[in-house]
Formats: sequence, structure tokens, C-alpha cells
Amino acid sequence: MLMSAPRTSPDAGLPAAASDVVIDLRRASFGYGERPTVTDATLTVRRGEIVAVVGPNGSGKSTLMKGILGLNERTDGTLTLFGVPGDELRDRARLGYVPQRHTLSTSVRATAEEIVSTGRLPRIGWLGRLRATDRQIVARSLDVVGLADRAATEVSTLSGGQQRRVLIARALAGQPDVLIMDEPTAGVDAANQHVLADVLERLVERGVTMVIVTHELGALERLLTRIVVVDGGRIRFDGTPERYAAQRGAVHHDHDSHHHDDELRPHPSGVTVGPLDVRHDGRRR
Amino acid sequence: MIDLLSIDFMQRALIAALLVGTVAPMVGIFLVQRRLSLIGDGMGHVALAGVAIGLVTGVAPVWTALVAAVVAAVVIELLRTRGRTNGDVALAVIFYGGIAAGVVIISKSPDGTPANLMKYLFGSILTTTSSDLYLFAGLAVLIAATTWALRPRLFAVANDEEYARAVGIPVLPLNIVLAVLTATTVVVAMRVVGLLLISALMIVPNAASQLIARSFSGALRWAIAFGLVSAVGGVALSYPLNTPSGGTIVLLAVGLFIVTAVAATVRTQLSRRRHDIAETHPHEHGIECGHEAIPHGDHVDYVHDGHLHAAHESHYDEHGHEGVHSDTTGGAGAAGTVGAADTAGTVGAADTAGTTSTTTGTAR
Ligand SMILES: [Zn+2]
Ligand SMILES: [Zn+2]
Ligand SMILES: [Zn+2]
Ligand SMILES: [Zn+2]
Repeated sequence: MLMSAPRTSPDAGLPAAASDVVIDLRRASFGYGERPTVTDATLTVRRGEIVAVVGPNGSGKSTLMKGILGLNERTDGTLTLFGVPGDELRDRARLGYVPQRHTLSTSVRATAEEIVSTGRLPRIGWLGRLRATDRQIVARSLDVVGLADRAATEVSTLSGGQQRRVLIARALAGQPDVLIMDEPTAGVDAANQHVLADVLERLVERGVTMVIVTHELGALERLLTRIVVVDGGRIRFDGTPERYAAQRGAVHHDHDSHHHDDELRPHPSGVTVGPLDVRHDGRRR
Repeated sequence: MIDLLSIDFMQRALIAALLVGTVAPMVGIFLVQRRLSLIGDGMGHVALAGVAIGLVTGVAPVWTALVAAVVAAVVIELLRTRGRTNGDVALAVIFYGGIAAGVVIISKSPDGTPANLMKYLFGSILTTTSSDLYLFAGLAVLIAATTWALRPRLFAVANDEEYARAVGIPVLPLNIVLAVLTATTVVVAMRVVGLLLISALMIVPNAASQLIARSFSGALRWAIAFGLVSAVGGVALSYPLNTPSGGTIVLLAVGLFIVTAVAATVRTQLSRRRHDIAETHPHEHGIECGHEAIPHGDHVDYVHDGHLHAAHESHYDEHGHEGVHSDTTGGAGAAGTVGAADTAGTVGAADTAGTTSTTTGTAR
């Protein structure tokens, strides 16, 4: 059946010699000019890992993510992407960036398909047009995120969660080697979080590497292979979800500040009855 | 009309209007998308200084205006990316400096009459010479070709600049190209529409098209259609009415906008009335959802507890019961008919996706 065949294979076209390391940070600092907002970050993400970068607002997790994407200045240390120094990476679409929804301009109308098509642009030349195969990849990307029926729908009429999935599809259309997601669940209602988590699970099953920047683990906790806690511009914790659960008390004691408490505490329904655990009756499994 | 066409200057003016009516909305849609609707206005101000220099030095004003506008365009774009805090103020200085210099320098030129100034500011069909026309045609073709070739990238950058930068699309060069296209459009439209009104022809047709289009490509087509009708209609009317062509064109564009706004409102009201929504629907249908998918015209219905559900905007519409499709659709159906022109370019891929889901959908 079609289902068993991978419809989008983000690994396609990867040089055989490519190493297993996707992102490698060594004592890196990021920020704007003089004052770095993230300092001394050392982090290695390998193929197949699902890493959550968690921390409260203003902790530096977004700066760290944008630093990896080359959107923030690196003031110190090294950044290696796919074995190449960060600024020498030509094929930047290998980093599949999924920004928060509000960066999408809604001043003119555009369909979901038109937005997702822009994700294909880095894969075609400067003046190239989308060919049939590109359009198929765009259609499949929309399919993977469950929006095949809404390809021609104007994006501003879609719900927050659906728009988030449009942005995931856009990144997938570039056939990335890693998805870097900024707060994928923020502002998404419960029903759509469920769908979103399903979409991400489908991607996990396909072996997609993911870095998920978030302030709430809840809906996604089950998918993770690793959790990185950022606070005060530094990486405070890096380990498996199990170790995170065990050490949470200690981590949270280290730099106790009241508004952080909620961020580090697991989502009330996170572990046992998160949206991932609830199977809609319309589902097969 | 035959009468009008037989007059030489009228012919030239109509051809110029045709060119301007096409390219101005084409460039303008990206300005609207980037929320820079007024930037063309500022470039018109600066172009006036160029015109003035041309009149004083005896060089063709079109060329000097082009140089002034293009230089200003590049400077403005660089200012926008560099200085975040005073960028706005810097633009104001450039724009007002431009128009003030223009007015002062023109007063010193041999042709520096208020009437002459008016022609440049508000457009006059009498001022288009045939050598101008060749230049305009050349520039217009250049603008149209460049915009068309770069359209997907310009769209990507205007849509989400941060993402474009992250995936390595050259954001600054594309923004500078757009600024230069805008400056060139200003100069091409200078004679017909006038430097103070040119921005309107870039923006107003797009404002109208946004009211009815459902896709970017559809919006672009509508905007060009509105631009053409306004520009050609405005020039044709301005002769018998003896009015400045620029003002007439823009009034026509504004009139089209108002008519479109009323029509769009009426249409929304009508389609909203006959519209049956599946009220609480947390489930998302799709290729792996397990509900049977039945292709129906331009959409797919899913059989969900005996009901037919079709995706529409962020929700699902009720399309009747299993076996009995009620196509009183104000929803997906209306989107299909009214937006048919809009989605023509996008339908192909959507179809492929639709077929895929229908073949794999299995009854539980
Ligand atoms: Zn279903
Ligand atoms: Zn349903
Ligand atoms: Zn509906
Ligand atoms: Zn139907």
C-alpha cells in the first residue's frame, strides 16, 4: 500500500559520505554584537534524534535556534552543520525551518499550496520554475501534514494549527535533513494539537530528525529522545526524557525563579493523557 | 473610439496606459505584500528632482528621473535593512528633500511654469512623445519580464523574510531588485499618471483584487485586469472630459475598488447563508484516516458516521448523507466556481493529492 512507502523521504539525495552528526555546537555564543544572549553552548544532534529545546520565554532558546539557522550572529565558538562549518553550508534548505505562525505575512492572499511551494525554491535554480516532480513533492508534503484537501484553501482562513502544519509542509517540500521547529504547539487548540502530534509522530516514524523549541513539552513529550533545557542563556540540562524526569527537581532547584516553575514542570496531562495518548475513534490503530 | 485612435498623441497615450496598467499592479502586489504601499509615492517625489535636473540641463527628463528614482530605491532599501530605529525618518528626509528640490530646480528652468510642473505631478496625455513611448515600452517589457521571472522568489521573500533567509534565498538582492522595479515603474508611469498619483495605480488595483481573489496568482491576474481597465479607461475618458489623465485613471481605479467591495460583501453574505458546517469536528480527514473518500466534482467527500464531509477553510462542510449528496454548497462549491479563475494554476497539484487520498481511503 501507498501508506507503507515513504512519500516524503527527507533523506533522499544525501551524499553517502555524510556523517551522522547533523548539528554540532562547540562552546558557541550567539546574540547581537557585544552582548551574547546565549553563551558557551555545546550541543550535538545526530540523525534520527528528536530533541526538545525547552526553557521559559527569554531563556535564550530562540536565540540558540536562530543561531543554528544562521539568523543570529555567532560571537564565539564553532557551529558545524552536516560536517561543514555553519557559514559555509551552501545548501541551507537541509535545515527545515518551521517558524512560528506570526512570521507569515497575511497582507495578500495565498493558498496553502502557494506557501508550501516556496519551500521548494531552494531546490530549484535561481530562475527555475516548479516542474511536475516539484509539484508532486509539494502535494505530498501537504499530504503528510494532512492538508491535501486544503491545498487550494487560502491560508488566512485556516486555523492556527492548520497554518502551523502548512509551515511544516513548506519545510518538508525542501526535503530537509532536520526539521527545526519554533513553538509548534503554541496557540494551537487541543483538537489541533492532537492532529499536530500525529503529524509529528508520522514524521518520526519516517526517521526525520527534529529539533523542537518549545516552552511546553506536553503534547510532544512521548516523541522525544532527548531534552535540552536552556535558561539564562546557558544549557542547563541535556539528556534523555527519563533522566530529565529524574533530575527535574534538581534542575529546577538550581535557578529557582517563580515563573520558571510552570515551564519545567511537565504538562499536567503530558505523560499520561496527552493528546498523543487519546486515540480518536475515527482512527485505525 | 475610432475617432480617438486616429489622433496621434491619443494613440501614444493609450499605448502608454496599456503598458502602465499592466506593470504597475504587477510590481505593486509585492509592495502590498511587504506592507510598503506608500514607497512608490516617495520614489515619485524623488523622481521629480530628477525631472527638474533634466529640464535644467537639457537632458531628457525621463532619463534623469530614472537615475534619481533608482538611486533613491537602492538607498532606501539599504536604509531599511541597516538602520532600524531611524529608517522611517530617513525615508521622510529623502522623499521630501526630493520633491522640494524638484519644485525649486524646475522654477529655475526655461520651461519652469506651474503648468509644466502640474503635468509631471498629475500626468498629461499630451506629454508623451513617440521617442518616450519607445523607451517606456522597452522599460515596461523589462519590468514585466523581470517580475515574472522572479515572481516565486519575490513572493517567498515578501511572504516570510526570515524563512527565506534561513533557507538561503538571497533576500537583500531580491528586495533591491523590487525597489528598482518600483522606481522604474514610477518613471514609466510618470507621463500618464503623474508622479504624485503613480503609487495609486500600483496599490489600488491590488486592494480591489484582494477583495475577490483566493490565491496569490489569482490576485495578480485580477490586479492586472483592474489596472488595465483603469489606465486605458482613464486615458480614454480624460480626453473628452478634458481632465488630467492621472487623476481620471486613479478615480476610475478607486471606483472599481468600491464596486468590487460592494460585490464582494454581497457575495459573502449570500454564500454564508446556504452553508452547513459540521459543528464539532475534532477529527481531521485525510489519506490515513480510515474514512471512505468519495471524489465529488472539485472536492472529496469523506463518509463520516453516514454523513458526507468536505474540507472547507478551517472546518468541514456537511454535504448530505451517504448516497445522497446535497450540493447546495455555498461553501466548497462556491469556492470552486467563483475561485475557478484564481486556482487555475494550483488545481493540478491539488488534484493529484486528491486522487491519492481517494485511492487509499478504505472503509473501516
Ligand atoms: Zn476521517
Ligand atoms: Zn467528518
Ligand atoms: Zn464551510
Ligand atoms: Zn461534496
